[in-house]
Amino acid sequence: MTVTVLKPGLLTTIQDTGRFGSQKFGVIVSGAMDAYSLRIANILVGNVESEAALEVSLFGTVLQFNNDHLIALTGADLTATINGESAPLWRPFIAKKGDILKFKRAHKGCRAYVSFAGGIHVPTVMNSKSTYLKAGMGGFEGRALQKKDELNIGPYTKTNQELSQYAKNLDAPATWSVNYHELISLNQQQTIRVIHGTEWDCFTAESQLRLTNNQYTLSTEADRMGYRFEGPELSLIEKFELLSEAVTFGTVQIPPSGKPIILMADRQTTGGYPKMVQVITADLASLAQLQSGAKIQFKLVSLEEAQQALIAKEQNIKNIATAIRLSAKLSS
Amino acid sequence: MGEAFKHVKFKSLGDSAVMVQIGDSIDPTNCAILQNLLALLEDHPFDGFAEAVPAYTNITIYYHPYTVFRMTGNITSYDFVCQYVKQLMTKMTSNKQTTQRVVEIPVVYGGEYGPDLEYVAKRNGLTTEEVIQLHSANECLVYMLGFAPGFAFMGGMNEAIATSRKDTPRLAIPARSVGIAGKQTGIYPFETPGGWQIIGRTPLDLFLPKETPPSLLQAGDCIRFKPISDEEYKQLKETRS
Repeated sequence: MTVTVLKPGLLTTIQDTGRFGSQKFGVIVSGAMDAYSLRIANILVGNVESEAALEVSLFGTVLQFNNDHLIALTGADLTATINGESAPLWRPFIAKKGDILKFKRAHKGCRAYVSFAGGIHVPTVMNSKSTYLKAGMGGFEGRALQKKDELNIGPYTKTNQELSQYAKNLDAPATWSVNYHELISLNQQQTIRVIHGTEWDCFTAESQLRLTNNQYTLSTEADRMGYRFEGPELSLIEKFELLSEAVTFGTVQIPPSGKPIILMADRQTTGGYPKMVQVITADLASLAQLQSGAKIQFKLVSLEEAQQALIAKEQNIKNIATAIRLSAKLSS
Repeated sequence: MGEAFKHVKFKSLGDSAVMVQIGDSIDPTNCAILQNLLALLEDHPFDGFAEAVPAYTNITIYYHPYTVFRMTGNITSYDFVCQYVKQLMTKMTSNKQTTQRVVEIPVVYGGEYGPDLEYVAKRNGLTTEEVIQLHSANECLVYMLGFAPGFAFMGGMNEAIATSRKDTPRLAIPARSVGIAGKQTGIYPFETPGGWQIIGRTPLDLFLPKETPPSLLQAGDCIRFKPISDEEYKQLKETRS
């Protein structure tokens, strides 16, 4: 079973939940920018949550199905169509042989996910199928998808099979779709929750107030590696040399320019800029849905609140999985 | 133990990682302690442990708060992980003998491979032969990997050949180039832009994505640079490709 890339669009890559375990060798994590949407996309077609899917950015991607296949679209609303008709979002459906799936323009959000029942067949490199563009490794030949690429998908497991049967019997238009609003926001004006970073105390009291009392605008320098923001400058009490040490998804670094940079999925494993705050895990997926020009306001919360928010979202995903299992009457 | 870990500090790096700070200075003792702790953690992982990344003076422990929450009930997972690490550290002996790997790195110095060798020599009032001699005489210690896959942050280079970075970085430094930046020496795993003074090149690949571990060098390794000729470089390069 295959899918052919008719147009790759702006940037379409294969991503799973990330390449963990090799950061101590300098190997970056990569993985989906919006991991919540990726996981839901997999649940909807009966895959394991960590399976690889396509991450489609903004617009332009066109795919053709060479067989009937169970798929799901989640994440951003990129005006997806099947043969020109609106495609269902956030629920499983069967793409038919010859169908053309097109992402026309970014209506809401930045990154959409396309999951295929049975997953995408590419080699697993260091425990992950995620594309690591800079090292030319993982994903589809270590690169973004190009015109005429053919992806091998499937075969179905028993769960994929059952969901496929269920999807065939679903009414069109959808009788239901996943309510994603508790998991992610596609708004281009957002409050992003942060906790103190390791160098919070090294910033002036004025800068500490400035960070949370102002809006910051996402610049055009925004990619899978990091987001640069425009807004009031933030300064250290006194300059100092920080030794290189670990940084992570959501680390807010302040370089000498004073303008914040948020590290994203393709961040390096270590860095040497002071880390003023850290975006909480529960808000990373919403951050991944911002386009250049989006406005954010940072809001400080405690570590306890951050961990509670994370647990609440994990439970939300579990509830979604259970609801799907029940309504599709899955045997496992 | 006891005395050696009196100054250990715990910090959160976000809601899913703990940074354990064991000192402030770059020195081999700290490096050995961190390697020791890394090995202990990997041998005795807690439920929810993801991975750990050592740096010069600390080690960052990544974990899954939801898993920790399900295993331990209501305490915040950060406190649980800190407690776990403290417990683990009581098992550490400050003078534990760890076998250190010694890795020999063959390097062809100068010429097309090391365009800045003469500059480094002139800058430090030395001959190029003396620079090569000094660079290969000292053993270096790998403190950590980062910046790029397989890139090692090393210490122990002879300070007589320390040279500051170029004012204007080169757009492309070939993969496997050996360079100097201030008091540091390092090897570029990939072709990248960079401002290091390039003094030579090794035929060895640093990043080995198909092998376990995927890196030629690991934190804690002892490095010896060995000068080789152009012929030897070409031979070694050929046998490897």
